[in-house]
Amino acid sequence: MRRQLMKGNEAIVKSAILSGCRGFYGYPITPASEITEAAAQYLPQVGGVFLQAESEVAAINMLYGAAAAGVRVMTASSGPGISLMQEGISYMAGAELPCVIADITRGGPGLGNIAAEQGDYHQVVKGGGHGNYRTLVLAPHSVQEMADLTALAFDLADRYRNPVVVLADGFIGQMMEPVEFPQTATEPRLPKWAVAGTEESRGNLISSIYLEPDKLEAHVRQLEAKYYIAQQREARAEEWRTEGAEVVLVGYGIVARILKAVAAEALAEGLKVGVLRPVTLYPFPTLQFQKLAERVRVFVVVEMSNGQMLEDVRLALNGARPVEFLSRVGGNVPSHGEVLELVRKLARQTLPARQPEEECVGHV
Amino acid sequence: MSNATEAEYEVAHGRPKAFYENFERKDELQHQTHYCPGCGHGIVHKMLAQAIDELGIQNRTILISPVGCSVFAYYYFDVGNVQGAHGRAPAVATAVKRSQPQSIVIGYQGDGDLAAIGSAEILHAANRGENITVIFVNNAIYSMTGGQVAPTTLLGQRSTTTPNGRSAANEGYPLHVSELLATLEAPVYIERVGLGDNRQVAQAQHAVRRAVENQVRGLGFSLVEVLSPCPTIWKMSPVEAQHWVREVMEKTFPLGAFRDRTKDAPAKAAPPAAPALEDISRILGVADEGAVEEIDAEAKGAVDLQVRVAGFGGQGVLLLGEVLAEAGLHAGLQVSWLPSYGPEMRSGTSNCHVRLAREPIDSPLVVHPDVLVAMNEPSLHKFCASVPPGGWILYNGETVPAECERKDLHILARPFTHVADELGDGRAGNMVILGALLEATPILPQASVDAALGQLVKNPRWLALDERALARGRELLRESLQGVCHDG
Repeated sequence: MRRQLMKGNEAIVKSAILSGCRGFYGYPITPASEITEAAAQYLPQVGGVFLQAESEVAAINMLYGAAAAGVRVMTASSGPGISLMQEGISYMAGAELPCVIADITRGGPGLGNIAAEQGDYHQVVKGGGHGNYRTLVLAPHSVQEMADLTALAFDLADRYRNPVVVLADGFIGQMMEPVEFPQTATEPRLPKWAVAGTEESRGNLISSIYLEPDKLEAHVRQLEAKYYIAQQREARAEEWRTEGAEVVLVGYGIVARILKAVAAEALAEGLKVGVLRPVTLYPFPTLQFQKLAERVRVFVVVEMSNGQMLEDVRLALNGARPVEFLSRVGGNVPSHGEVLELVRKLARQTLPARQPEEECVGHV
Repeated sequence: MSNATEAEYEVAHGRPKAFYENFERKDELQHQTHYCPGCGHGIVHKMLAQAIDELGIQNRTILISPVGCSVFAYYYFDVGNVQGAHGRAPAVATAVKRSQPQSIVIGYQGDGDLAAIGSAEILHAANRGENITVIFVNNAIYSMTGGQVAPTTLLGQRSTTTPNGRSAANEGYPLHVSELLATLEAPVYIERVGLGDNRQVAQAQHAVRRAVENQVRGLGFSLVEVLSPCPTIWKMSPVEAQHWVREVMEKTFPLGAFRDRTKDAPAKAAPPAAPALEDISRILGVADEGAVEEIDAEAKGAVDLQVRVAGFGGQGVLLLGEVLAEAGLHAGLQVSWLPSYGPEMRSGTSNCHVRLAREPIDSPLVVHPDVLVAMNEPSLHKFCASVPPGGWILYNGETVPAECERKDLHILARPFTHVADELGDGRAGNMVILGALLEATPILPQASVDAALGQLVKNPRWLALDERALARGRELLRESLQGVCHDG
C-alpha cells in the first residue's frame, strides 16, 4: 500500500472521510487547527458539510444535530475548547448520539500555552460534563495510529451510540510520519434511530430527558451496561518488550514513544525494562496491568501532566505493585535522560520481586 | 355523544394531523397538554401544526424542542423530533438541516432560551442565513424555572430575581430580538406578532405559515417572534394576560414585519451531489494510483540517522527537514519529522527533528543528533553540545565560535545563504546545506532526493534553483573532505 508522509492532524481528517464522516463542525485552536483546515478543504469535495461554528459550544451542538440526523460527524479542538464542549458531550452521551472528537492537547489550566501537554486526561477520560456517562477514549502515539484509531473511533461511536474522543498531544498532531490508508471508503449508512426528515423516521425522537426518576435510573443503568460491555471488549494496550521485564514504563501518546527509546537503551545496558502503553484510556486496560503485575517488580508512570492517568494505573494495580511517577508539565517533555536515570536507579534497586505487603512508594 | 348527533355538525376547527392523537410520550393525562390554562404555547403549537398540515410537509418536518416550558413540544407534534440543550436549538437546527437538506427544520424557542443563553447561536444562524424556521415565543419572563427575569422582561416588571421590578441600571433594557436580527443581511423574513386578541392571533397564524413556507421554498432564514401570555407567572387570569400582551407588552415590543424579502429572495441552490464512493481516496490524494514508486527497500545495513535542523523562521528549516524525510520515505526507510512547536515558535526561531531508520522509529524526538544543521549562531550555541562524538555540525556561518569548537566531530562552517545568493536566491541556502548533509551521510540515493524535491517544490524555477543548490552543497562538503577547507 502507498505510504505517504503526512501530519497527524491531516491523517485524522482523511481517515475520518474514508470512514464515512460527512460532517465537520469546529472552531480553530492551536494546535488542532490543521484538522479544521483539512476538513474545510476536503469535506465539501466529498458531499459533506464543513462549518466553522461561532464557538465550541455551538460546534458540539451542531454535532448533536448532525448525529441526530444520522450523519457520521466529528470535531477537533484542544483543552480550552474541549472544556466548552463538555455540556454538549454530556447531552450526546445522554441522548446516545455517536460522534468523534479529536482533542489535540495543549498546556493548561486556563489559557496555559500552546505546547504539548497531557493535562486533559481527567476532563476527557473521566467525562468533564455533568451526569452519569463516559466517553470512550483512544490515544494514538503515531501518525498511522491517528488514522487507524480515528477509523476505529467512528466504529465504536456507532456501535455504542456514544461520543468517542481521540486524545492526542500537539506532537502527534503536528509531526509527520508515513501513513497508509485503506483504499475503499466506507459507505455512510443511515441509522434506524436517526431523525432524517422522512416518513420512516417520523416517529423517532432524540432526547436526553427522563422526567420520572425511575425512567432516568433505568436509562443510566442501560448506559452503564453499555460501558460494561465496552470494558470487556474494547480495552487495548500495547506491550513493548515486557517479556522478562522487571521495570515497566507506562505512558501514552508522545510519552510512549520516548519510553520506547529509553527502554531500548536500558535493554542495551542489560536492564530488564519494558513499556506498557494504554491505547484505550477508557475503557482502561486494567487486565493487562494486572497480568503484568504478576511478574513485574515496579511500574513507572510518565506523564506530561501532574499525575492524571497515574490514578487509573494505581486503581488497576490496586496496591499489587509499587508505582513510581515522573511528571513534566507546562509544555515540557520528559527528557530521555531523566527517564533513563530513574530507570537505572530502579533497576539497580535490589527489591525482591512479588512482595505483596510492599507499600506503594509512588509519589506525586 | 351519539352518532346521530355527530352527523349534525361539521368540524370547522379540528385537531391538525401534525399533532398526535394521544400524547403517549407524556407519563399521565395523555389527552391534554402540560401547558397552563391561558398559556400561549398551545395556540402557537396549533398554528405551527396547521401550517405543517397545509404545506403537506409532515413527513419532512423535524422540530427542535428547546429548554423551557416548551421543552416537551415533542409530546405533541407527530413529526421527527430532536430535543436540544438550553439555547442551542439554532446550532442543532443548522446541522440537522445541512445534514438532511430535504427536511423542514423548525426551531421552537422561548425568550430565556433564545435571547439570553442562546443569543450567540441565534445571531449566527440568522447571519449565515440558515434555511430554517424559528418560532420565538416571547412572554417576557422565565416561566419554567418559576419566574426569573428574562432579557425581554419589561422595565419595572417584577420577577423573582427582580423583586422590585426590572431596572435599566441593574439589568439593562428589554432586548429587541426581531429588530436586532433585522440588522443582518441574510434573514429573509422576521416578523413580530402577538396573541393579544383574535385579530392578532389571525395575523400570527399567517406569519407562522409564511415562515415555514419560506423554508419549503428554499428562501432562507425566517423568524417569527410571538408575544405570548403567561397567566401563571404573571399572576393574572387568562383574559387579563391576553389584555396585558396587547396593552402593555406591545408598547415595548411593537408588532410588525422587520424584514420581508419573501417575494424577491431567490431559492438557495441545492448542495452539489456527492462523488462516487470509489472516487474518495483519489479526492483525498491517498489512492495507490499515481503514487511515486518507492525504491525497493532491500536492507543494506543498519541506518539510523538523527538530524536536528534549527534556525530562524523563513530560512526554510522545516522544508529542509521535510525534503530529507520525504527522500527517506522514497528510499524505503522509516522516517519521522517533528517540528518544534511551542515557545520557540513565538520568538521567530524554528527547528525540526528528522529521523531516518531501517527499523521502526521509537522516539521522533532527536536528543543527540548525528547531524546538527545550524542555520544561525543562536541555534549553534543552543544545540552544539548535543551532537555526540563523530557527528556532524553544518553551520551557516564563516567561522564557528570558540565555545562551539569541538575536535571530536566534523564541522563544516560555510556562509550557505551567501552561496545560495550567488546561485540566484539566498532563500535556497537551506538546499545548499541539505546537499552538504546528503553528501556527509551517504545513505540516500540521488533518485530519492530528486523525487522528494519534485514532490515538495512545484514551481519549476525554484525546483531548478534547488537542484543547483543541492549540487553545490555536495561540492562544498567534498571540497572540505579533501582538506581544502577547514574541517574539524
